[in-house]
Amino acid sequence: MEAKYRFIGKATRRIDATDIVTGGGRYLNDIKMPGLLYGKVLRSPHPHAIVKNVDKRKAEALPGVEAVLWWKDVPDWKGGTPRFTRILDSKVRYVGDAVALVAADTEETATEALHLIDVEYEVLPAVLDPEEALKPGAPQLYDEYPGNIVTPGMPFFGPKALKEVVMGDVEKGFAEADIITEGTFAYENLPNPLPPEAPGAIALWEAPDKVTLWVTNQASYMDKITLHHVMDRKVEVRTIGGPCGGSFGSKFMSWQVQTYAILLSRATGKPVKVIFTKEEHLAAFVLRPASRMSARVGMKKDGTVTAVQGNWIIDTGYYSQTTQSQVAVGCGETQIMLQCPNWDLRNVIVCTNRNASGIVRGFGGQELKCILIPLLSLAMQKLDIDPFEFLKKSYVKPGGGYFWRDGIWYTYRGVDYAPMMDKGAQAFGWKEKWKGWLKPTAVDGAKRRGVGVGVHGNADIGEDASEAYVRLHPNGTAMLVSCVTEHGTGQRSNFAKMVAEVLQIPLEKVSIAPADSLFTPYEFGPAGSRGTYAIGSAVINAAEDARKKLLEIFAPILDEDPEGLDTVDGMVFRKRNPDKKVPWRAMSVDRTITGYGRFEPDYTLTTCIMSFIEVEVDTETGKVTLVKIVNATDIGQIIDPLGLENQLNGCLGTAGIDSAVFEETVIDRRTGHTLNANLIDYKWRTFAELPPIENIVLETPFPSHRFHAIGIGENTTSPGPSAVLMAVSNACGTWLHEYPVTPEKVLKALGKTQEGRKGGVR
Amino acid sequence: MAIETAKRKGNGGPAKARLVSITVNGRTYRLTVGDGPGLVGPAHTLAHTLREDLGLTGTKVSCDNGACGCCTVLMEGKTVLSCMVLTAECDGKHITTIEGLSDAKTGRLDPLQQSFIDHQAFQCGFCTPGIIMSARALLDENPAPTEAEVKEALSGNFCRCISHYHVVRAVMAASGKAR
Repeated sequence: MEAKYRFIGKATRRIDATDIVTGGGRYLNDIKMPGLLYGKVLRSPHPHAIVKNVDKRKAEALPGVEAVLWWKDVPDWKGGTPRFTRILDSKVRYVGDAVALVAADTEETATEALHLIDVEYEVLPAVLDPEEALKPGAPQLYDEYPGNIVTPGMPFFGPKALKEVVMGDVEKGFAEADIITEGTFAYENLPNPLPPEAPGAIALWEAPDKVTLWVTNQASYMDKITLHHVMDRKVEVRTIGGPCGGSFGSKFMSWQVQTYAILLSRATGKPVKVIFTKEEHLAAFVLRPASRMSARVGMKKDGTVTAVQGNWIIDTGYYSQTTQSQVAVGCGETQIMLQCPNWDLRNVIVCTNRNASGIVRGFGGQELKCILIPLLSLAMQKLDIDPFEFLKKSYVKPGGGYFWRDGIWYTYRGVDYAPMMDKGAQAFGWKEKWKGWLKPTAVDGAKRRGVGVGVHGNADIGEDASEAYVRLHPNGTAMLVSCVTEHGTGQRSNFAKMVAEVLQIPLEKVSIAPADSLFTPYEFGPAGSRGTYAIGSAVINAAEDARKKLLEIFAPILDEDPEGLDTVDGMVFRKRNPDKKVPWRAMSVDRTITGYGRFEPDYTLTTCIMSFIEVEVDTETGKVTLVKIVNATDIGQIIDPLGLENQLNGCLGTAGIDSAVFEETVIDRRTGHTLNANLIDYKWRTFAELPPIENIVLETPFPSHRFHAIGIGENTTSPGPSAVLMAVSNACGTWLHEYPVTPEKVLKALGKTQEGRKGGVR
Repeated sequence: MAIETAKRKGNGGPAKARLVSITVNGRTYRLTVGDGPGLVGPAHTLAHTLREDLGLTGTKVSCDNGACGCCTVLMEGKTVLSCMVLTAECDGKHITTIEGLSDAKTGRLDPLQQSFIDHQAFQCGFCTPGIIMSARALLDENPAPTEAEVKEALSGNFCRCISHYHVVRAVMAASGKAR
């Protein structure tokens, strides 16, 4: 292959590599400062109760305790969408809801003080099932949400924000169908994204109305914006982001832990650090929204879907910050996967007395597909349609389109992903392994193999705005100023690479400023798969702007038009006479050059990843083993091959494929308590159980990006779960429709157990 | 949800000061066990002492409950979970943390660390110090492990980004088999 680029596409060293392998990286909890206090949260043991009184005298008397706060001590700041959720309230709405905050000179003292706080509760009836919560007479969580129904629509997405998919004429569509299937399906096993680093914050309040916040988030600039609104738009917030020990979307919703630190610093005048314990992380931080849907689909013999009608119920837990946006994006993602003229897919977002749902990879689309694909599969089975051919045919093609999150119809102008899907199928051996619906690929005694396929794509690669500066220095170096934090994808290194490529300077000559909102421009952050295309384009534009300004300065020096000049390795020269070179320092040593770049949102492109999964089911024990995974994608141009492979391998964890195999947060539906809020009882995949993964990556250029590249990382978790369900059903020869496919469910499906557990416990 | 168990301070009145001597990365620290500023609390874990008192924050704490392997360090050459060891019980022990793997004077990295860089055997990097320490202990004991032995040795280390595949490659490349 031709050497198109000097750095792009090459395996290069991550800029933070030495810090990571030597323990030199300073994550949030590694930061210390003089006078630092430690904050802790007293949490409710009840799923629903009035906080009648808090007696904090004993706690306040404990030496070392500097502040004890309950709702009467704090301003009436609120978060959520709409902003109805108080930081501390007179009512608690889930087991783990914050009742009081303590700051003390050591963590141990703060923890001890929690035990000295006496709370008087008036316990209220609780509701832990979304359909129960919708019934008349159900316990009401908020006065503002009659019937426990969360206000639909995400204001941030504009006046026409997508709330549902309604278009065409479904009755006409069903009349045209050769077969109609219907049923109720659910994806509600609540995996936790569960980064190793717990959520936390350090705050330093400066009276009367300023706060500096050290955060751990993939999007530290957005913390500033969220908190600005939470604090009545009256407090000036500066956020300082550092390395983030994993987020996977979840830490986007850190306003609560951040305001705990802010309120305690405001009360004490000292910096306060709050870091959640792993138990808090699992039981009082972000879970996936739970989905349930009764739906019907119409399909023709050739696999054309003629109509989709459904009522999607989303349980968001005790409040929503982003669930409306997940519904909007999920509706969009589902149209990308399933081009169909007639839709009537409505939804309702419901509050229940459990921990809140938030951002989890898949962002609405994984949820909706995991309940829609099983229904489509019933129709495919009846018509004997191969699911791979179906998914390939149904996926958006150039000229097709979709309503996106802003409620606007976009015509897709990206590449045709069908050839990539064919390559994936070939690598997996789909044609040989697919034996028909509910037919195993192979049987060896008690062990039966089956295959499944899933697909995901998202028009988020061009979502939201980004800005960046690139500053050039006389010594031939450049600095990127962007509010991007490193949360594991390696994107900070990739952006440095893009700057080096545009300016043609060695990679080690490019540095990146800290993600400090005091001086960086606006940055939505590497959410979804927008890093490469959206943030990357802002960075590239900034580097190009700086380069343009540099050449303008050198035009009179070299007596040439700027267009006739070029720069390589910190030297400027005439294109027609490259031998005469002048170093950047000739611009004068008392000068810097700053370029500015911005990216404007563009929803006309989508990603695509298809995952093929082979499982082996032990019909005696019920254990499901992943035998082989093939991921296929087309991303235009690889930026960093090792980083990309890491991202694709990430399909297993963080609420990905393992959501269908064994991961779940177990909540006792009678008491509201989380039963597995620790890393022993919450199951995770170990090194000893790695399935073989093969990643097929095509590079069909996307012309609208300077390096013809788009992102994919966030998507990799999403095609897998429904494919696992399909594969296990095929292996067993009977439908399994409940996630995750634990041995108990497999044995039940095979008719080898008593009926499942009865009663209130799920 | 159970409220976090308090690590209560001893109530037995002023206990006699007790010295604990630990050697970390070749440097010996004499620590006093007791309650109060600058003292090692009787309930302090080794992870706490390393991070909060000795400033060795390369050792990460994730679950603080002995489940995830993030806080793995070497004690007398064997892996221990430093969140499950009380500092007061470490008298006379030799401990190596991630900071002790590279040469403090020259900055030269351990071959295993270099291999992790070359294979990009990390993503967010939070679990990486613990994984490297587990892998170091394995290679010290078994310089030429099979891939299965590497996976087994690291099966107590939680990694959520799924860097496992690159980690296995990095450890194999740094092992005796690769040389």
